[in-house]
Amino acid sequence: MQSSSDFLIFDKVTKVFESPDGGSVTALDNFSLNVADGEFVTVVGPSGCGKSTLLNLVVGLDKPSSGQILINGKPAWQQLLNIGYVTQEDNLYPWRTLRENVEFPLEIRGMAKSERRKRSEELLQRVGLAGFENRYAHQLSGGMRQRGNIVRALSFDPGLIIMDEPFGPLDAQTRIVLQQQLLDLWLQDKKTVIFITHDLQEAIALGDRVVVMTARPGRIRSVYDIKLSRPRDLHHLHDDPEFRTALSDLWDELADEVSAANAMGR
Amino acid sequence: MLDAGKSEQQIKSAAKGKRAFDTTLIWQLAILVVLLGSWEILSGRLFDSFWVSKPSLIIGYIYNWFVNGDFFRHLNATMTEIIVGYSIGAALGLALGLPIGRMEKTAKILDPFLLALNGIPRVALAPLFVIWFGIGITPKIVLVFTLVFFVVFYNSYAGVRSVERRYVDLAWVMGARSFSLFTKVILPAAMPYIILGLKLSIPYAVIGAIIGEFIASSEGLGHKIQLETSVYNTTGTMGGIVVLMILVVFLNSLLAWIERRALAWRPPSRSGDAGGQGL
Repeated sequence: MQSSSDFLIFDKVTKVFESPDGGSVTALDNFSLNVADGEFVTVVGPSGCGKSTLLNLVVGLDKPSSGQILINGKPAWQQLLNIGYVTQEDNLYPWRTLRENVEFPLEIRGMAKSERRKRSEELLQRVGLAGFENRYAHQLSGGMRQRGNIVRALSFDPGLIIMDEPFGPLDAQTRIVLQQQLLDLWLQDKKTVIFITHDLQEAIALGDRVVVMTARPGRIRSVYDIKLSRPRDLHHLHDDPEFRTALSDLWDELADEVSAANAMGR
Repeated sequence: MLDAGKSEQQIKSAAKGKRAFDTTLIWQLAILVVLLGSWEILSGRLFDSFWVSKPSLIIGYIYNWFVNGDFFRHLNATMTEIIVGYSIGAALGLALGLPIGRMEKTAKILDPFLLALNGIPRVALAPLFVIWFGIGITPKIVLVFTLVFFVVFYNSYAGVRSVERRYVDLAWVMGARSFSLFTKVILPAAMPYIILGLKLSIPYAVIGAIIGEFIASSEGLGHKIQLETSVYNTTGTMGGIVVLMILVVFLNSLLAWIERRALAWRPPSRSGDAGGQGL
């Protein structure tokens, strides 16, 4: 079902890790998925299902053992500068102020200082961080830091945004605020987003499609279309019958995999 | 807006908040007064001041030395040895330590050699340096260099090795490559270690210069101290030591000032400074 509008294509991607004692672990097995331009795809799965491996392959930190990843029709490794990456850990550079962090990718790309300043100011304004530009990471709360991480990944206007459980360490209140902010940002720019999470509700609330992965080796168990309309109001999504149906269907699928993962001793 | 941990309001007030009045300095002054006072009073009563001198005599000695004597000739010699030896040692330590920290294989190969070289008690080399370089300032500079180099080298090496992988990986994904990766991520991340190395090596530099002067010299603070000791002038000896102490404190605060500017981003730490230690 490959179409011309597919922005990101995983074609039978397999990743095998060789361990020093001669054994090998298949982290990702025949992972195939087509993602349309501007689509928001969320990926859920039990821990150890190769989610992070998948992301490392996309951003070029690792190479697939076989298969290929295409971005805009070209191999992913030729498109590396077109990917924004938001990690789970709080990765703002502690020696840079919030503003300098947001401007980091722009600096690397040689953008003029005044232009950088304009861009970072606009982005920080959009996520409600105006007035905190000159703070260092340790002077910001967890939620503020993660918002900084997100706008840093958006600063250079990449075509593809990769997010690895970005809201994992935040408390429930902050999560919803940031999820809503992310959706609002996304609706403005319509970037292609791959969003990894272990939180099923989050996956449904944010995504156009939810990909459920199997326990190791990581394969696609199912892909579920979320028919919720946009823009979505995350504070009242739980009452939506479509949301409830999706949650109950997906929970059954995920529960199988979680118990399978636990049976493997993980 | 609610946020994880602290609220934005709390953060604002914490950053601007006034500190309670700090009594540390008062305590420090009190201890100094008690120590010097009891030395002054007990010397000549409990102890013979011939052996331990007393603060008033030492201050008088330094004053005389300063006004009428050859203070600046000796200070100049010692400072030259320290500054030249320290600069070369620090520059070379950085120039080698930083890149080798990035070169896993090279580091592995060199490791036993560096360990062995650093294991040599440098002070034992001082007489050899006199044989090689005479009794001028050269052997002292070389001694200072050997002491400073390894401290700076190891700290900058360890600093580069300590940079968290996630910082480097993320910078790479954001487009940073070798040069920008080094200047924008590795160097600032390693900076606390680098500064620590530069700070720790200051007392070593002073020790190197003084020991070098003890062995064989015609000028310098170490030379002066040894001269006074050889005629049993404890006041003169202690006067020289006090001058050295002031010198180290001055150099350290110079680097502490640089540290504050370079590492302004660090959260205030609860533990005190590691500081340097004498041998």
